Amino acid sequence: MEFLRPATWQEALAAKAAHPAALPIAGGTDVMVEINFDHRRPEHLLDLTRIGELYEWEAAGDTIALGASVPYARIMTELRDDLPGLALAAHTVASPQIRNRGGVGGNLGTASPAGDAHPALLAAGAEVEAESVRGSRRIPIDEFFTGVKRNALADDELIRAVHIRRAAGPQQFSKVGTRNAMVIAVCAFGLALHPDTRTVRTGIGSAAPTPVRAMAAEGFLNAALADGGFWDDPRTLTPSVAREFAELCAGACNPIDDVRGSADYRRHAVGVMARRTLGWAWESYRGTGRTERGAA
Amino acid sequence: MRVTITVNGQQQTADDVWEGESLLYVLRERLGLPGSKNACEQGECGSCTVRLDGVPVCACLVAAGQAEGREVVTVEGLAQGERLSPVQQAFVDAGAVQCGFCTPGLVVAADELLERTPSPSDGDIREALSGNLCRCTGYEKIMDAVRLAAARRQEAV
Repeated sequence: MEFLRPATWQEALAAKAAHPAALPIAGGTDVMVEINFDHRRPEHLLDLTRIGELYEWEAAGDTIALGASVPYARIMTELRDDLPGLALAAHTVASPQIRNRGGVGGNLGTASPAGDAHPALLAAGAEVEAESVRGSRRIPIDEFFTGVKRNALADDELIRAVHIRRAAGPQQFSKVGTRNAMVIAVCAFGLALHPDTRTVRTGIGSAAPTPVRAMAAEGFLNAALADGGFWDDPRTLTPSVAREFAELCAGACNPIDDVRGSADYRRHAVGVMARRTLGWAWESYRGTGRTERGAA
Repeated sequence: MRVTITVNGQQQTADDVWEGESLLYVLRERLGLPGSKNACEQGECGSCTVRLDGVPVCACLVAAGQAEGREVVTVEGLAQGERLSPVQQAFVDAGAVQCGFCTPGLVVAADELLERTPSPSDGDIREALSGNLCRCTGYEKIMDAVRLAAARRQEAV
C-alpha cells in the first residue's frame, strides 16, 4: 500500500488521475473501518486532510458551498440557520468523536443508503461538485446515488464541495434507531418546505437501495397545498392531506428485511416520520411551532 | 513509512509503519503508550479516544500517516507526574472505575468537555460521553465523577 499525501487540491486531482483506484480518505470514519477489518486493501490511500479548502464553507448568494471535509460538528453549530435540515441530520451522526472527523464528502463517497446526510441533501436540493484533471462538474443530488454504495463519480473524480440552497423555509429531519447516539439509521426521513417555489421536497434514508425522494408524495402535497391556498393562508393542515402524504412516502420505500429492522417496519416508520416532520415543519411555517426540532 | 508525531508534548518517530495502520496501533505497539485501549476498531466504543490537535477523535479511525506532524494527547498525558488530573482523581473518588477498560477514553473525553464547558449540565455530560461505551454499565458513577471534577475545578478557580 502507498500513502499519498497531496498538499494541494491540484496535487490531489493529479494523484487521482494517476491512480484511479486510489481510495480517498479524509475523516476516515468509513475507510479506516474497512481497512481495520480487512474488508478493503487499496493499493493507494489518498489522504485529503492537508487540503485546507476542503475544510471551509462559504455563502455565495442564496447558496452555501460546503467543503467536502467540513466536519459534522461544525455543520451542527455553524450552519444551523442556513442549512437546518442538514444540521439536524449532522447531530444524529454517531458520536462527538465521529462528528469531529467525518463530513458530507465522505458520506457521499461511501454512498451508503443509510448515510445520515443524504435525506437532508435530497430534501434541500443539493449539487455535488466533482472535479478531476479533466475539469469540474455539478451533479444534481437526485442523480448522484446510482446503487447500493455506488455513486455517479468517475474514477478520476474527487468531491470538492456540496452546494446547497440556503433554507427559505423550515426543514426537518427524523431518524429511527435503537438509541440516540452511535446508531446506524433503521430508516430516516428529511423534509424541506420551500415557500419561495411553493414546493415541498423529501428524502428517505435506509429504506431503499439508495437514498430516494418520495416523488409521488411531493407531487400530491404540492398540489394539495396549492389548491387549498395553504401557502398564502397557512392554516392547520387538513389531517387527510397529511395522512395521504405519509402513505405515499411509505409507498416510495423499497426496503429489505435485515438485522436492524424488517421491510414492513421500515415502511411504517417512514410513514410516521413523514407525517410528523410535515407537521413540525408546517406548524413552524405557520409561526406557531418551534423553529427547530427533529428526533432520533 | 516513517511517521513523526508530537505525543504528549514530545516529538516521537515510528519507523516501518504500514500505510494502512491506525494511529491507535502506532501509539500502543510502536510508541509504548498502551493507555488508549483497542476494542471495536470501528469507532463505536470510544476506548481509544485521544486528542488530535486538541479535538477528541477515535485513534482507531485516524490513519497513522494523517497524524504526521500533528499533536496528539493521550490519557498518559493528563497526569502531572504522580499527580492525577482533576478528572482522573474524580473517577477514583467517585468509584467510576470498574473493569477500567473504558476509563482512559472516558477520561480524555470528559477532560475535553470540562475544558470547553466548565459547568456542564447533565445533558452536556451525556452528550459529550455518548461515544464512550462502558459495558460494566457504570454510567451513574461516571456521571458523578464528571460532576465532581467540574465542581472541584470551579472551586479551584
